[in-house]
Amino acid sequence: MRAREHTDQEFEQELRHLREQLLLMGSHVEAIIGSSLRALLERDSVLARRTIEADRIVDRLEIEIDGLCLQILARRQPVASDLRFVTMVLKAVTDLERMGDLGVNISERVLELNDEPPLKPYVDLPRMADETQMMLRESLDAFVAKDADRARRVIARDQIIDDLYAQIFRELLTYMMEESKNVYRATRLQSIAKYLERIADHATNLAELVVFMVKGSDIRHPDSRSEGDKN
Amino acid sequence: MKRRGRRAGDVALSLGTGLAAALVLLIVVVILGDVVYNGAPRMTLTFLTQAPRDGMTAGGIFPAIFGTVALVVLMTLAVLPAGVATAIYLSEYANPGSRLTRMVRVAVNNLAGVPSIVFGLFGLGFFVQFVGAGIDRTLYGGQRVFGQPALVWAALTMAVLTLPVVIVATEEALAAVPRDLRLASAALGASRLQTIVRVVLPQALPGILTGAILAISRGAGEVAPILFTGVAYFLPKLPGSLHDQFMQLGYHVYVLATQSPDVDATRPILYATVLVLLLLTFALNATAVVVRSHMRRRFAGASS
Amino acid sequence: MNGDANPDADLPKISLSVRDLTVSYGDKRALGPVSMEIAEKHVTALIGPSGCGKSTFLRSLNRMNDLVLGCRVQGEVHLDGQAIYGPGVDPVEVRRRVGMVFQKSNPFPKTIFDNVAYGLRIGGLKDRSEIAGRVERALGQAALWDEVKDRLGESAMGLSGGQQQRLCIARALAVEPGVLLMDEPASALDPIATAHIEELIHELARDYTVVIVTHNMQQAARVSDYTAFFYMGDMVEFATTDTIFTHPSQPRTEDYVTGRFG
Repeated sequence: MRAREHTDQEFEQELRHLREQLLLMGSHVEAIIGSSLRALLERDSVLARRTIEADRIVDRLEIEIDGLCLQILARRQPVASDLRFVTMVLKAVTDLERMGDLGVNISERVLELNDEPPLKPYVDLPRMADETQMMLRESLDAFVAKDADRARRVIARDQIIDDLYAQIFRELLTYMMEESKNVYRATRLQSIAKYLERIADHATNLAELVVFMVKGSDIRHPDSRSEGDKN
Repeated sequence: MKRRGRRAGDVALSLGTGLAAALVLLIVVVILGDVVYNGAPRMTLTFLTQAPRDGMTAGGIFPAIFGTVALVVLMTLAVLPAGVATAIYLSEYANPGSRLTRMVRVAVNNLAGVPSIVFGLFGLGFFVQFVGAGIDRTLYGGQRVFGQPALVWAALTMAVLTLPVVIVATEEALAAVPRDLRLASAALGASRLQTIVRVVLPQALPGILTGAILAISRGAGEVAPILFTGVAYFLPKLPGSLHDQFMQLGYHVYVLATQSPDVDATRPILYATVLVLLLLTFALNATAVVVRSHMRRRFAGASS
Repeated sequence: MNGDANPDADLPKISLSVRDLTVSYGDKRALGPVSMEIAEKHVTALIGPSGCGKSTFLRSLNRMNDLVLGCRVQGEVHLDGQAIYGPGVDPVEVRRRVGMVFQKSNPFPKTIFDNVAYGLRIGGLKDRSEIAGRVERALGQAALWDEVKDRLGESAMGLSGGQQQRLCIARALAVEPGVLLMDEPASALDPIATAHIEELIHELARDYTVVIVTHNMQQAARVSDYTAFFYMGDMVEFATTDTIFTHPSQPRTEDYVTGRFG
C-alpha cells in the first residue's frame, strides 16, 4: 500500500488519531486478558479486582472511538479504503469491548475460585490464554501493517483454541464425575475456558475485518453465501 | 501645501472639460439656431410639396426630397443583402485564420477609408461607362440608355460606399450573440443554416438594423459620390425609371449656395433646404436609437 | 450479481460502444485511446480532475467535437450498433439521437414553448397539436410542467437558474433522443436546485441512457450506476459505482476518490 497522504491534512490527522485510539483500546484489552489469567495462576484477588476496574477504560474508549467514527463519516464522506477503514473500526470496537467484558468475567470467576484451594495444576488454561492473547496481538499487528495474509493466519489458529477447549472440557468432566465436591471449582474453570474461547472468536472477527479493510472483500460467514459467489 | 495643489488640479480639469463640452454645445446651437431662424419661415407645406420655379427663386423642393428618398431606398435594397451576407460569411462560415478571411477584412477596412469623391469617380468609370455602356450595347443596340448618369448607378455607388458600415455593424451584432446559443442549437440537431436563421439572426437584428439606419443616414447626406453618377440640378419631371437622373437635397444646397443667379432671392430657400436635410438626418439617427433600445428591451437578459 | 443460472441475465444492453477513441487538437493528443461500453437506460458518470479529458470524451459521443476547430477524432463509436463516425454519416442526425445539456443553462431568448419546440421544428415537424403534445410531455419529464404550464408564452429568460436548466433538459428531451449527455449539469446551481436535477436524472434513467460528466464525486456516487475515472487523457478505470467508491482496483482511482491527490 502506498504511503500517500490525504491532501486535506486535517483529515489525515483524524484518521491517524482514530487508528491510535483503536490500538490503545486493543492494548488495554490485551492487558486485561493477561492480568486476569495471572490473577488465576497467582491466586491474586487484588489483581482480579484491579482488572475488573480496568475494563472501565475500555468502555470509555469504545464510546470515544464510536464518536470519532461518526464525526468522520458525517463530515468527510469517506469512500473506498477510507470508508472501509472507518466501518471496520466501528465494528472492531464492538469486538474489543466484548473481549474486555469477557476478561472481567474471567476475573469474577477467579475471585470465586480463590475462596477454595486449587483443583489441579493449570496447564492447558495458560496455554489457551497465551494463544488467545497472541491472536489478538497478531490481529492488531495485521491491522497496523495492513497485512491480509497475517490476518488470515490468525483465523486459521482459531482451530487450536477450539481443540484446547475441547480438551479442557473433557478433563474437567472427569474431575466432576470423580467427586461432587469438585463440581463447584470445575464449573468455574470451565466457564473461564469458555470465556477464553469466545475471546479467541472475537479476535478472529477482528482478523476478518482486517482482511475486509485491506482487500475490500467480505470473507465473513462463508457458509451463508450461495454457490458461485466470488470472494 | 500638497493638498491645495491637488485640489487646484481637480478644479482645473473639471473646468476645462466642462468648457470644452459647453463649446461644442455652443457651436451646435449656433449652427442650428442660424439655420432654424433663417430657414423655418420658408418651411411651409407648399415648400415641401412643390417643384422649384423661376430659376430656383421660388417654389418648393419636392423633387429633391423625392430624389433623395428614391436614392436612399435603392441604395438600401442594394447594400443590405450584400453587406449582411458578407458579414454572415465572415462571422459564421469563414475559417478565422484563413487567407481569404484576412483578405476580405483588409478589403473592408480599406474600403471604409476611401474618400467619397473617389467613389464618385469609381461609379462613373465602372457603373456608368463600363456596365452601363455594356447594357446599352447588348440590350439597346447602342442607344444611350444606361450608359449615362442614372439613379441606379448613383444608388449602387452609394451602396458600395456604405457597404463597410453595414458589414461591420452586422458582424458586431452577430459576434454579440453568445456562442452558447449556437452550441445549444447545434446540439439539438440544427444545421448551420438553421442555427443562423432561427437563433443568431433574430438576436442580432437590433444591431443589424442599427447598422442599416446608419448607412441610410450617411446615404442621405453624401454628395460627392453622386456628382458624376446621377444627380442633376434641375429636372423638368420626377425620375420615372432607373435610368433617369434625379435631384437631391445635398446637391441642391451646394448649387443654390454657389451658382445661384440671384443670391438674395435664393438664400431663404437655401436655408430651408438645409433645415430639411438636417431634420432628415436627425430623424434617421433618432430612429436608430429608438429601434435599438426597443429591441434591446425585448431581448433583455440575453446579452453575452 | 450472483448465480450461475444465466450469467448474462443481469448484464444490461449496450447503448453506446466506444473503441479506441482518440481525440487530438492539432498535434496535441487530448484523449485516448479509450474503449468502453455504456449501458442502456442506466446512468454512467465520468469523473476526474480538470483537464483529464472527460468533457472531450462526452462531446465525442454526439459529434460536438466536430465544431471545435482543429479537432481530429479517430476510432469508432457505435450507437445501438450503428457507427456515428465515418463517411456518409450526418452529424446532424447523430445529434438528434444523442442529446446534450450544458454546464451553464443556455435557453434561447424565445418563449418557453418555443424553446422546447425548437428541436421539433427544425426537424421538420409542423403539426401544431403534435408539437404541443410533445412539448407538454417533455416539460413533464423534466419536472417543469406544473411550474410553467400557465406561462408557456412568456420569455424563458424570466425563469430561475434551476428552472432554466430543467428547461434545457426538456428542450433536449423533446426530440426523444435515446441518449442524454449532461456536462456538469448542476455545477452552476444551488444545493436545492441540484437535488432536483439529481432526482430528475434518476427518473430519466428509466427511459433514457444518461452519461454525465461531473467534478463532484459525491454527486457521481449518488446519481450513477457506473463510473469511469479519467486522468490526463486516459480512462483509468471503469466499473460499477459501488466498486469505484468502495474498493477500486486502480491505485490512481483510489487516490483520486479518497482525496490523496496533489
